[in-house]
Amino acid sequence: MNYFSGEKMTGGYGGPDIINSCTISVDKGEIVTILGPNGAGKSTAMKALLGMLNLREGKITINEKDISNLSPQDRVKEGISFVPQTRNVFTGMTVQENLEMGAYLRDENFQDTLNEIYGLFPVLKEKRNQLAGQLSGGQRQQVALGRALMIKPSVLMLDEPTAGVSPIVMDELFNHIIKVRETGVAILMVEQNARQALSIADRGYVLVTGENKFSGSGKELLNDPEVRRSFLGG
Amino acid sequence: MDFVNAIVLLSNFVIVPALSYGSQLALGAIGVTLIYGILRFANFAYGDLMAFGTMFAILFTWFFQSIGISLGVLPTALLAIPFAIIIAILFSLLIDKFVFSYYRIKKSPPVTLAMVSIGVMFVINSIIRIIIGPFDRRFFDGERFIIRANEFKEMTGLNEGLAIKSTQVLTLFVTIVVASILFWFLNKTRTGKSMRAYSDNEDLALLSGISPERVVMITWIIAAILATIAGTLYGLDKSFKPFTYFNNLLPIFAAAIVGGIGNPLGAFLGGYVIAFSEIFITYAYKKFFAYLLPESLEPNSLIQLLSTDYKFAVSFSILVIVLLFRPSGIFKGRVL
Amino acid sequence: MRQYLNVFTAYIIMGLLIILVGILQSWGVALAILNLCLISAVMTMGANIQWGYAGLINFGIMGYVALGGLAAVLVSVPPVREAWQVGGLNMILCLFLIVLLIFAIRYILKNYRKSNKRNLGIALVIIIGIIFLRLISGPAIESIESVSPATTGFLGGLGLPIIFSWIVGALFAASIAYVIGKIALGLRADYLAIATLLISEIVIAVLKHEDWLARGVKNVIGLKRPVPYEVNLQTTDWFIRLIERLNTGSLSLITDVSEKQAVLKQLVIEGSTVFVKLCYAGLFSIVVIILLILTQKALYSPWGRMMRAIRDNEEAANAMGKNVVKRHLYIFVLGSAVVGIAGAMLTTYDGLFTPGSYQPMRFTFLIWVMVIVGGSGNNFGAVLGGFAVWFVWIEAAPVALYFINIITSGLEDTNQFKIHLINSVPYFRYLFMGMSLLLIMRYRPKGILPEKIRHA
Repeated sequence: MNYFSGEKMTGGYGGPDIINSCTISVDKGEIVTILGPNGAGKSTAMKALLGMLNLREGKITINEKDISNLSPQDRVKEGISFVPQTRNVFTGMTVQENLEMGAYLRDENFQDTLNEIYGLFPVLKEKRNQLAGQLSGGQRQQVALGRALMIKPSVLMLDEPTAGVSPIVMDELFNHIIKVRETGVAILMVEQNARQALSIADRGYVLVTGENKFSGSGKELLNDPEVRRSFLGG
Repeated sequence: MDFVNAIVLLSNFVIVPALSYGSQLALGAIGVTLIYGILRFANFAYGDLMAFGTMFAILFTWFFQSIGISLGVLPTALLAIPFAIIIAILFSLLIDKFVFSYYRIKKSPPVTLAMVSIGVMFVINSIIRIIIGPFDRRFFDGERFIIRANEFKEMTGLNEGLAIKSTQVLTLFVTIVVASILFWFLNKTRTGKSMRAYSDNEDLALLSGISPERVVMITWIIAAILATIAGTLYGLDKSFKPFTYFNNLLPIFAAAIVGGIGNPLGAFLGGYVIAFSEIFITYAYKKFFAYLLPESLEPNSLIQLLSTDYKFAVSFSILVIVLLFRPSGIFKGRVL
Repeated sequence: MRQYLNVFTAYIIMGLLIILVGILQSWGVALAILNLCLISAVMTMGANIQWGYAGLINFGIMGYVALGGLAAVLVSVPPVREAWQVGGLNMILCLFLIVLLIFAIRYILKNYRKSNKRNLGIALVIIIGIIFLRLISGPAIESIESVSPATTGFLGGLGLPIIFSWIVGALFAASIAYVIGKIALGLRADYLAIATLLISEIVIAVLKHEDWLARGVKNVIGLKRPVPYEVNLQTTDWFIRLIERLNTGSLSLITDVSEKQAVLKQLVIEGSTVFVKLCYAGLFSIVVIILLILTQKALYSPWGRMMRAIRDNEEAANAMGKNVVKRHLYIFVLGSAVVGIAGAMLTTYDGLFTPGSYQPMRFTFLIWVMVIVGGSGNNFGAVLGGFAVWFVWIEAAPVALYFINIITSGLEDTNQFKIHLINSVPYFRYLFMGMSLLLIMRYRPKGILPEKIRHA
């Protein structure tokens, strides 16, 4: 049994089902990436795991505990943290305040975590008193990651963390994500840049029309001729 | 000496009144802007909420006076404000629970909420008139002046007097204290920061575990406190008449929008911008220039840019200009 | 068919209510209510054109009503020749100057690119213009206002029949709405609401304080009516005979001649006020019916469909090549013009123009309650809203008094609480208004008569 998993998830936004018997799981210290063409239901699967979607069927568990019926807020308390693709920082607040808001649910002193995050993303420490809205795209993504990590999550979910950033920044971000994995967090991300994502991922799922089409380790998928042809551009 | 006279003249008729009027607007504008930032609608009932709070301040003042409690040189109303605030808070929370929360949960568009606030405005309006009537009420007691114009003249030997009413100083003092506490709260405390976060990015605030109910509740509490204080200060300085409070809503809106709606610091400064421009533009500078210019150049007209009848028109014109050229307000920077 | 049944039932209930007032209170009161219902209905139709057809929030209704009232004064009052002699020339000069100013600004806007310099230039033109305006108008205004200030002190009007003002009022409102629309229509919905509210306050401020125009707060009274005067009717033969004929039954019971004469006289006096109000009701009904036919035709024309399409999905309409801003401006002007008609009608009915009486509560927000309660987007709903809400507005006080008397029946008449409540009776109308708005918005958000959605 994986640490965090959604099994046979089926559901949609009230109309037809977007995801169909879709299964996704991730273990601690592992990066799992979800790939697929547009409209394959990647983001929907993510939302289902977060509890922002009513599932008709399927079960979501964390650490063997069934959380299928918990609200998104309650899932945050279970240690599931999410970084949306857009609007993922508080633009009118300073970097430090952004991080503090990430730790909103923690009552104890979170200075250690703050220092840890600053260790992970040194540039944030440098700019901690600047408004997040004034940072560059890559730095903002770091703030977003940092905010999500402040709750000390066991599962970190990322929705296209590298969308719209330059290739150099993308590499940097992936490096940061690898560093986060080393702290023992389970990382689940949806990615457009499939090749790069697979190269750092431990495992990957390829969704097509809401169903699992392929799955396997990052290397396997990268080398699978069919996956290469249809999703990686040869 | 003429120069000092000119300055004193200007202080007496422009600067001091504008400072106290600006403070009253500023507090109200912060309330409007907070509601806009967190609950995301223009609350047309805010002027009447101010009147509601003030009404209870007056009722408590009367009660204290009837049992012989007073604050000496200070107005008894100061003692009444905390009690009035409690009632205003309860009332606001009640209205939110029975009226606004329904539309919030339904995620109605801001326009619907604004329209609902008009219904609330009618209701509060009638409650006030039923309880205390539509008439002008003066509830100031204590010492009216800190310096009287003729005392000032005797003291300084100048031609021009400077009168400072105790309510003006009181207004300024209370405003500075309340605003400082509020900005400290918003910028330094966890709850205050969570409010700013919620106003900045609601979805992300929810993902961070910030509870919307709590944020909304605190917003109403602060709005009610500000409304009561601003309303009572205005009533002490001038007089309490329910209808004027509705009219004051308009410059308050103007202040909030000029400052960039959703931005409390902007609203605070916006209050003074509106007050100063209203008074500066409608003041007749004849005497002022008479002091400064040589006799040959002395003006023979009033040198008044706009007659005082158009006091309101000034703030509205500023608002329209700001809306046209800088809809985000004249003060850049952080939201909430 | 069922939907039409709803409309019929609603209107019949409304009619019965007014008749009930006629029987219980008096026919004079009932007709007064009916007339103001009709005027309110016109205002509501104007607001409904903007809100129901296009989703535009106009909280400036009051301003257009007042402009209609101004039109009534300027059309019907005879010109004050003396005032024209002392200051007319300068005021006309000012008018030219304003036109010149507008053209100058337009010229700058057209021929220079957007820049700070251009803004500065415009500001400069405006400031210089205002200085000149004040120099020219200042002495003129002073001398105009000193022409027998107790009775005139203003330029007067054209001395035409007041009924023309209904059209002129529409034109006044439309032209101001054009300017406001040009400025404010690009704003977000709630900003538009606030901006229009504030602008309408400016309009009122101007009317209140520019005495040379329409005497400001000194009011203009005794406007010429489009219908006969009671005093004249009471001495007109055919009218007396009409009343006699109508009351033959009751009059024949009285044998004494002098007593009969006295009763008849009383009846004629009562009859004359009812007759005058009936005349007004006739005139107003004609306006309401014409507007209803026009708006109804417009709503189901291709144009109306396009407007609703824009309202429901602005972006899609924009993408399909409809010029949304232009359409909005058009409808804003149109709706305001209708409100202007209502304003002129109101002043005609009152026979006096009192700028001080224009308050947003009564002339903006009450109209909005009417629109929301009646059913936005549905003309029959809007008219019904005007009727129903005005009826409640007037009858709230007697109803509240009735209930207060029941509730406090256990208390003595000298009880302070009871006296206080009874003195507060006039304010219960606000409570009724607020509650009906809140209840309708909560439980019947589309109004009493909702918009009919035709999928054709």
